[in-house]
Amino acid sequence: MKTLTSQEKANTAKALLARIRELYTPGEHLRFMEVCGTHTVAIFREGIRQVLPPEIELVSGPGCPVCVTDQIYMDKALAYAKQEDVIIATFGDMLKVPGTEHSLAEAQAAGAHIHVIYSPLEILELGKQNPDKKIIFLAIGFETTIAAIAGTVKAVHLSSVRNIFFLVSHKLVPPALRVLLEQKEGQIDGFILPGHVSVIIGEEPYRYLADAYKIPACITGFEGVEILSGIVNLLEQRKTNHYQIGNQYTSVVMKTGNPVALQLIDEIYEVCDDTWRGMGVLPKSGLRLKAPYDQYDVEKVYPLTTPLPVEKPTGCQCGRVLQGLIRPDECPLFGKVCTTNHPVGACMVSVEGSCAAWYKYGRASGGLAWK
Amino acid sequence: MSEKVKLVHGNGGRFSHELLETYILPHFKNEWLGVLHDGAQFPVQAGRMAFTTDSYVVTPYEFPGGNIGKLAICGTVNDLAMNGAIPQYISCALILEEGFELKQLEAILSTMEAMAAEAQVQIVTGDTKVVEKGSIDGIFINTAGIGMIPDTVDSHPKNIKPGMKVIVTGTLGDHAIAVMGTRYGLSLAASIQTDCAPLNGMIQAVLEKVGKKVAVLRDPTRGGLGTTLCELAQQSQTGILIEEEQIPVTAEVKSVCSILGYDAIYLANEGKAILIVEADVEEEVLSILHTFKYGKAATTIGTVISQNKGKVGLRTTIGGIRIIEPLGEDQVPRIC
Repeated sequence: MKTLTSQEKANTAKALLARIRELYTPGEHLRFMEVCGTHTVAIFREGIRQVLPPEIELVSGPGCPVCVTDQIYMDKALAYAKQEDVIIATFGDMLKVPGTEHSLAEAQAAGAHIHVIYSPLEILELGKQNPDKKIIFLAIGFETTIAAIAGTVKAVHLSSVRNIFFLVSHKLVPPALRVLLEQKEGQIDGFILPGHVSVIIGEEPYRYLADAYKIPACITGFEGVEILSGIVNLLEQRKTNHYQIGNQYTSVVMKTGNPVALQLIDEIYEVCDDTWRGMGVLPKSGLRLKAPYDQYDVEKVYPLTTPLPVEKPTGCQCGRVLQGLIRPDECPLFGKVCTTNHPVGACMVSVEGSCAAWYKYGRASGGLAWK
Repeated sequence: MSEKVKLVHGNGGRFSHELLETYILPHFKNEWLGVLHDGAQFPVQAGRMAFTTDSYVVTPYEFPGGNIGKLAICGTVNDLAMNGAIPQYISCALILEEGFELKQLEAILSTMEAMAAEAQVQIVTGDTKVVEKGSIDGIFINTAGIGMIPDTVDSHPKNIKPGMKVIVTGTLGDHAIAVMGTRYGLSLAASIQTDCAPLNGMIQAVLEKVGKKVAVLRDPTRGGLGTTLCELAQQSQTGILIEEEQIPVTAEVKSVCSILGYDAIYLANEGKAILIVEADVEEEVLSILHTFKYGKAATTIGTVISQNKGKVGLRTTIGGIRIIEPLGEDQVPRIC
């Protein structure tokens, strides 16, 4: 794979932008949705919105695994965290996600034992070093992370460490896209599909977008020229009425995905319904550990006995942001009550959450305010 | 002597003296500290003096290419240099955790001696305290420093004017990635090392040549280039436009950033400076910087403009302009 020099990138970008201007119909408002937090950030970082014609609107969808993890999951994690003999192991992003009453970071300050990991495999060492504690790993994430966590479950199973458990709330991307297309509100004219999720699952799980819904979709990388070439692909599909799953990230995404990862995921998990923050229960959109690995499912082995807090309305509109129905800056709490220092909802907490990205990069109407 | 620091080493008595004589004084040999009075006494000139202080609490205290002692000397020397001063005298306060290995202390002090020699500064006064095990992580250091500012120099954000050029003295993010690699146990290329270095020699050479045509100097430490430029834009009420393709980042640091989701413009640097200079001396300043080992990769990254007062814009490779804001939450490795 050739790496482009800066000059080559600039030239390629110019050519792609010229092609975009050839392909779109002036005055026609198009909304392309990306469903990957890394794309949300990359689009801001690269200044994509400033170079596109204003009628092509890029909208963020439910692409951040931290953001779509619902409040009940956080409350369960907090309930386990309060138990004396528990160490919670988690990715760093989860620390500040608010539960009904407080966040893991606040629980940590009050004495709960919370350990931030960089790689899920670290929990094996944590388990060995703390034999009298239960290590509970907060197993969230889309397919990219699911593969790594499946490997971790297998590693735990093959080891002699028996004090490690998982609180599972994985989410699958393809079923969520169908729900977005079925909703009565909102307009989606194409999908910029997630790069890293697609490394695992390949092109096939998205096939129904082209076949059943005739909507253009394209798997894209994260550099400016890669995102622009993805947008060209979507416009070409619309122009020719020939719908397919485009793949502009063939350097790492194979049509069949990663068969080793897929086989491992299938061995460890089974598909189930799951609740997405602000979107309700989406059928067949989650995973749970299947036998014999369900012996590590903490909810099966050590179910919570105390009731969870009753959800309080906060005015948070994360749900509508995640479905692309409003922009983050259209939420009345944005930038006033809800900031990255004091997040009300999950979209503001995660580095790749739509609201956090908008707050960091685009507070002045999507970063368009440079004169 | 024991192999580890004990509480008694901090009580001011015989054991404190033993620690001082055996470990500290051999590395900081000069007429002022040698007196072992409550402070250093020395004559001063008339003029403007710069005075700075910093505390160093980095974990881990050893990382590729350096340790906390290197940071403690270079950080304070560089802050003086950013004021246009010629660094002269440094104070050094050590806070040691009970149980800290004395051979670790030896290595840190030895590094401080080497850095002080390179920067041509003297450590003339200091203090040592020992705290109970668990209170701190190994060692904390505070250094303060003074130096005189020549009349031909004036480094201050009020001097920044539209049309001036923004120069950075080398590659960004090296220090932060080296420390992060050790902290997270990542196996990074051996070439990823801290850039921690004393810049005063190089900066002095530039200031001696072009004097007040350097409007301001600042080192992009915590918060990185992005945050530092935001501060300068705000303080001067000018706009600053930088070009993404001009920002120097090594291929290794770029790779790590791309995997972990970090933005190099927010990563800390400990051996780099930003110079905002009048356009007519841009080439001369760059050629002086290029003659120093710490300035070989110096390059112009942007321009000061009159519009967008108080804002910093970054023109990306594809031609969009993204507004840069100061660093908010610390960057954490992304989940996926």
